[in-house]
Amino acid sequence: MTGMKLLLPEASKMAREVDIAFFVVLAISLVIFLTLFVLLVAFAARYRRGTCVPRGPLPRVLQHEIEIGWTAGTVFLAIFIFWWFVSGLPLPPRYAPNQLEIHVVAKQWMWKTQHPDGAREIDALHIPVGQPVRLVMTSQDVIHSFFVPAFRLKQDVLPGRDTELVFTPTEPGTFHLFCAEYCGTQHSHMTGEVVVMTPQDYAAWLRAQPHGDTLVRQGEALYAKLGCGACHSPQSQVRAPKLAGVFGNTVVLAGGGRAIADEAYLRKSILSPRDEIAAGYPPIMPSYAALASSSDIEALVAYIKSQSVQGQHR
Amino acid sequence: MSATASLTAEAPNYLRDGSTLGSWLFTTDHKRIAILFAIGITIFFFIGGTAISIVRLELVTPAGDLVSDDTYNKLFTIHGIVMVWFFLVPSIPATFGNFLLPIMIGAKDLAFPRLNLLSWYLYIAGAAFTVITLIAGGVDTGWTFYTPYSTMFSNTAVLTAAAGVIVVGFSSVLTGVNFIATTHMLRAPGMTWFRLPLFVWGIYATSLVMVLATPVLAMTLLLVIAERWLDLPIFDPSRGGDPLLFQHLFWFYSHPAVYIMILPAMGVVSEIVACFARRRLFGYSFMVYCLVAIAVIGFFVWGHHMFVSGQSAYANLVFSFMSFMVAVPSAIKVFNWTATLYRGSISFDAPMLYAFGFLGLFTIGGLTGLFLATVPIDIHVTDTYFVIAHFHYIMVGGAVSAYFGGLHFWWPKITGRMYPGSWARFAAILMFFGFNFTFFPQFVMGYLGMPRRYHAYPPEFQVYHVLSSAGAAVLGVAYLLPLCYFAWSFFYGKRAPANPWQATGLEWQTSSPPPTGNFVAVPAVTDPYEYHPKEGPIDVQGQLL
Repeated sequence: MTGMKLLLPEASKMAREVDIAFFVVLAISLVIFLTLFVLLVAFAARYRRGTCVPRGPLPRVLQHEIEIGWTAGTVFLAIFIFWWFVSGLPLPPRYAPNQLEIHVVAKQWMWKTQHPDGAREIDALHIPVGQPVRLVMTSQDVIHSFFVPAFRLKQDVLPGRDTELVFTPTEPGTFHLFCAEYCGTQHSHMTGEVVVMTPQDYAAWLRAQPHGDTLVRQGEALYAKLGCGACHSPQSQVRAPKLAGVFGNTVVLAGGGRAIADEAYLRKSILSPRDEIAAGYPPIMPSYAALASSSDIEALVAYIKSQSVQGQHR
Repeated sequence: MSATASLTAEAPNYLRDGSTLGSWLFTTDHKRIAILFAIGITIFFFIGGTAISIVRLELVTPAGDLVSDDTYNKLFTIHGIVMVWFFLVPSIPATFGNFLLPIMIGAKDLAFPRLNLLSWYLYIAGAAFTVITLIAGGVDTGWTFYTPYSTMFSNTAVLTAAAGVIVVGFSSVLTGVNFIATTHMLRAPGMTWFRLPLFVWGIYATSLVMVLATPVLAMTLLLVIAERWLDLPIFDPSRGGDPLLFQHLFWFYSHPAVYIMILPAMGVVSEIVACFARRRLFGYSFMVYCLVAIAVIGFFVWGHHMFVSGQSAYANLVFSFMSFMVAVPSAIKVFNWTATLYRGSISFDAPMLYAFGFLGLFTIGGLTGLFLATVPIDIHVTDTYFVIAHFHYIMVGGAVSAYFGGLHFWWPKITGRMYPGSWARFAAILMFFGFNFTFFPQFVMGYLGMPRRYHAYPPEFQVYHVLSSAGAAVLGVAYLLPLCYFAWSFFYGKRAPANPWQATGLEWQTSSPPPTGNFVAVPAVTDPYEYHPKEGPIDVQGQLL
């Protein structure tokens, strides 16, 4: 199979499932198409003008029953395909501790990735085979889209919010990374590669990288620099939610709603804090949109998260 | 025969009713306005085609070496904006709809003839203004104008292009209102709703969609202008805006816009298939229900453009389900056209060849829609050439094939001249093969991961791009051919009789070309498609016994 040019490598768990779905729908489509094609050609030949064949009005049974029949059949088929792929869908990705969490920042026109221990890459992503990977992605400017055909995965990367991709690479190799959402002049140069390595190779590669501060350390420094602790530290006199342990919990909102304190909620709470105020606190926090860039916010969120999650990479 | 031909030549008709420029530019005759629209869309069709020809030339090699990336982006934007808004949306409704809707229901003109003329002026002014903007300045956002790129980052002429598109949108709305009022108010005695030809139903359903959806496009583009020009934070996330809001609003118009393009095409094909199979259309009432069902369900599927945009996974499922549902009436229409051929007496004149082309290509376009409605497959192939191929099979394979089918079907009625039949059949076949040659390879490279809107690309995709560009050259020739023989026919073609195809329908009861008031005597209204009695035998020629 791998030798055929028509097939893409299947390099993630998802890839196999997408291909099965693709070829099942292809088979159904081919059956429908060929049936119609044969009928069209057969009718066109048999009933071409001048041939001596019966051409009377249709028997009653053909006039209504067949119409109802294929209407019902088509509805049933449509619902069946829908049910079939939905039943095979994975649940929406949730945070799990064994995932290798990598932060991706997209900007015109490059991909910046940062590993948990601080190693950074541009237009490349090295990951170990067999390890579930969770990409937390944001954009500094316009909408981009993280697309790895070999993984059959694509997710738009938006400014001002986080989107995620969770996948498990299954084949070592080097694969295309494309920006799939048109993002301006050099859109077609916003490409890179995803290198899937054996765990040993990955460990060796990681050791060889120059290490900056980890995202959590950067976040800690920003937390101090921006003075977040003045309100949010346990010693503070200001009534503000304490942040230790907040990540992953349900927050009761003023006005009665609820929100899960995930990355998106934390990010939003830094950028526009008054939209979703935790119940019982006065809406006094100003927006930090002007003071913190989107990578700063990634770092702050990572720091807040590290205060909640045991065994988080530091 | 020659006596009748010369009689037809002498008969007063709308083409001879004044020959000054003023008699055309200030006309309120729906037939002349249809011709004005036809001239407009033909010019824009070739402008959009020229832009994409340069794009296809560029893509022959993997490196971006023919034009700069900036120029490339502006070219595909020209192609998209011009083809969607200035060609496809007005194509069938504003030309054949304008010309035929009143005649088909036995009316003298549209309900609001002066509004109709205003509609053309809005169209031509807005479209010309936009095209000048696009060529002189350039816009690099793609026809989709996605935010925040269009509002905050693109330094091209987004404002003026969006303003031009809004003006053209008003033309759509006015045309839609006019058609709806005409269909309701001006039907001849005896022309009940279920005696309307399916072309009229198609135009009517389209008009409803135009009137309901187009204002949303105007609002959306106004919001873009508000953010770009007045700096109001609407889509800018750092000031509390939401870039996805734009996509929801945009696709709320632009998905129904696909049905604005395809519903009239379905109407045209219904007329042609019935006529050239000499057969009552199979399941007429189902065909009507399907047209209306597509128009209604079409409003609830917009989210299938946004499966990877970051919208909720549950919203994805709802939109996926609705997309499967909208496939059902489309499929039933294809079955019914096929069944209409059964026991027919089929001839293969040019219009019928285009209709056959439509059936094959629309079916492929529809079936590949199933792939895109299936969320996990869509995640892989969306924003790749797979999607490009899919919507070109619908819009070009479907709507443009039907447009050419209609043009060959009604050309004798509109101009009073016949065209060379064998050239027309040759062009139809060439167009079918050129089309598949161009777009089928795009399905394959899309599945292999070739992203859309790429100026340069990895070399492994080159073979598919070369195939596609070669096909585009064939397709280009096939589009130029009708331009040549129609131009010849207009001046030198044989005079057309009133009903060259022995078709049913009121438009064939009046002379070719019709007189200014459409009918000399009140036409007799019967069931549409009375090609044979409901009961009883017919002979081998398909004639009534």
